[in-house]
Amino acid sequence: MSVQNVPLDRPRAEQLAVLRAQFAAAQVARGPVLPFGVPALDDRLAGHGLDGAGLHEIAAATASLNDDAAATLFAAGIAARFADQPGFTILWALTRFDLYAPGLEQVGLGPEKVLYAQGRNDADVLAMAEDALRDDAIACVIAEVKAADQTATRRLQLAASDGKTPMLLYRRHRSLGRCPLDQPSAAMTRWRIGCISSARLPYSGVGRPRWSVELVRQRGGEPLSLEVDACDATGRIALPAAAPDRAIAQVGAASQAA
Amino acid sequence: MTAACPVALDLGLHPGMAAAHARALVPDLDVRDAELEADHAFLERLALHAVAHWTPTACVSGVDGLWLDLSGTTHLFGGEARFCRRLLRFLQRIGFNATIAVAGTPGAAHALARYGGDALIILPPGKETKAIAGLPLAALRLAPDALTASARFGLERVRDLLPIPRGPLAKRLGLSTVTRLDQARGLAAEPIVPVIPFEAPRAERRLLEPIGTAEAIGQVIGDLIEGLAGELRTRGLGVRAAILSCHRVDGDTQRIAIGTATATRDVKHLTRMFAMRIERIDPGMGIEAMTLAAPRVEDLRPETIGAILAGDARSPDIALLVDQLTARAGESGLFRMAPRESDVPERAVGRVEPLAVPTGWPRWARPVRLLRRPELLANVVALLPDHPPRRFSWRGKGYRIVAGDGPERVHGEWWRSAREMWAVRDYFRVEAQGGERFWLFRRGDGVEAPTGDLSWYMHGLFG
Repeated sequence: MSVQNVPLDRPRAEQLAVLRAQFAAAQVARGPVLPFGVPALDDRLAGHGLDGAGLHEIAAATASLNDDAAATLFAAGIAARFADQPGFTILWALTRFDLYAPGLEQVGLGPEKVLYAQGRNDADVLAMAEDALRDDAIACVIAEVKAADQTATRRLQLAASDGKTPMLLYRRHRSLGRCPLDQPSAAMTRWRIGCISSARLPYSGVGRPRWSVELVRQRGGEPLSLEVDACDATGRIALPAAAPDRAIAQVGAASQAA
Repeated sequence: MTAACPVALDLGLHPGMAAAHARALVPDLDVRDAELEADHAFLERLALHAVAHWTPTACVSGVDGLWLDLSGTTHLFGGEARFCRRLLRFLQRIGFNATIAVAGTPGAAHALARYGGDALIILPPGKETKAIAGLPLAALRLAPDALTASARFGLERVRDLLPIPRGPLAKRLGLSTVTRLDQARGLAAEPIVPVIPFEAPRAERRLLEPIGTAEAIGQVIGDLIEGLAGELRTRGLGVRAAILSCHRVDGDTQRIAIGTATATRDVKHLTRMFAMRIERIDPGMGIEAMTLAAPRVEDLRPETIGAILAGDARSPDIALLVDQLTARAGESGLFRMAPRESDVPERAVGRVEPLAVPTGWPRWARPVRLLRRPELLANVVALLPDHPPRRFSWRGKGYRIVAGDGPERVHGEWWRSAREMWAVRDYFRVEAQGGERFWLFRRGDGVEAPTGDLSWYMHGLFG
């Protein structure tokens, strides 16, 4: 239908230029965009990265604790990269504290960077997140909730764009087999993270963890899904290196040939 | 020598003697430097104690004494004599020999306490001149050159000064000598400048009409905070805790309190913190007076901004946000995690206050979420002593392990409990067939029986 409409009210070149200028101004007014450093991911994101003044939702692929840990690390890695300057602090608001701080330090969120706020219920957590978003002293806010309706996400999105602070809403699973991302939300992007097998090493050790990252929905872009290597010590994810087994096989073949 | 105790006096030592002379008299004398500042600081403390316990007007007198204004206070302690005996006992208990003189003028009391000769002299009113007449001139707190001049004229006792006409006396010994003499005799006034213990800043508003609405209360709170902030600014202080008292018409008092993470006198911030609690005030029939006091304050001085002028970015200040969030989450709801000195994983972390700057942990592989307490695994198949399990079941589900790292050995802390004397945990990081990564441990090293019973536990989850 849109294809039929195009010849009738086609915008003129100057109108387009004005719109483009407005769009660019709006982009400048927004916070900085944080690219992942993975071209396959960044190129398909609407702003070539995560909006630094928007709400992003992250959930585990299943209710299992492993996927939960993977999604937590994914959020922590993003927060660590938002807070990479010395002296920056992120706020982690939650109701039940079971994080292990040494584990977070290993994706770049050292103990001097994280301020934890433990609320009594989800409403407390959301209110604290909103307070922190409107304060410009915080580099990023992570809130762990079980339920947040559309009003709540809309409030967070508005607070994030007002305060120019990124907001990561970590949605925990409430019941088995029901994804927390199936409710409507005002988020800019919605992510679903799961654990998958890591690449086998030539010796009996655990390789770099690997995740399935699924961008369920994004504003102004298409959903996508890919497999990535987990966050390193600075919170950066990476694309899996291509077939390390082959190089070893070649070495083996060479040594056999020799 | 600046001071001598009774034992030293018995040995023939006296203040003013040269140290070499004293050493000649008592060969094994232990001589130490006088600490005049420390003495003065102690006297100040004693004066503050006196203000808190005995009389509102007290101050340090000279280098070795205190003045207490006892007018109207000794009846609380059973009369002057009883009070003085009590004071002597108190000073004896904390290790001092004291002499006390009670007189109508500070000058006479000063002279009698030092040169009177008795431990306790209580002078009836109006007898000052007679009492000090026999004392040496040094008792009058004269200037040193006045003392030398009077020695030259052959004036030794206070009574020698009394018959001399005031004009020639002032000409020879200085006007200050006459003043001192008059002060001691009670002819000239000499007020005691009392030491004042620290006074907490406060602001108060009495209202013409009782108020009851949130807007009106908010307005008064705003005025009070303005007033308090002005006082704090002049004194160079910042609030750490503030209490707002609302006095109601029916005599009841409503109190709300706030605490701040760092010292502040930011009007906007304080107003917002009180505004969040305004609904806790029950105005009842109306509030007729409100008081804002800051019982806990700290120094808040201007700080240099050299680094900022030089172009360095300033790290954002989260103290205001911390206050705001503390109002929502409560005192214990806001914290950071800091390392503790322990290798046992669950003891290696502890909560610290939100403005602390903790350091990190050693970079051993650690899970991101830790189970509240380790959970026992069932059906474990593992090679001893140092291989990860091949398979196990946990929470009713079986896992087959494809890769594992370890062991990382953690020894029990024998200084905590006898049960941990030999205890050992061997930690493994394993990956199951579906991609799940776990943190497991085995109790015992697999060789020595006392180290553990070789049971396996799940302790954490890697992403």
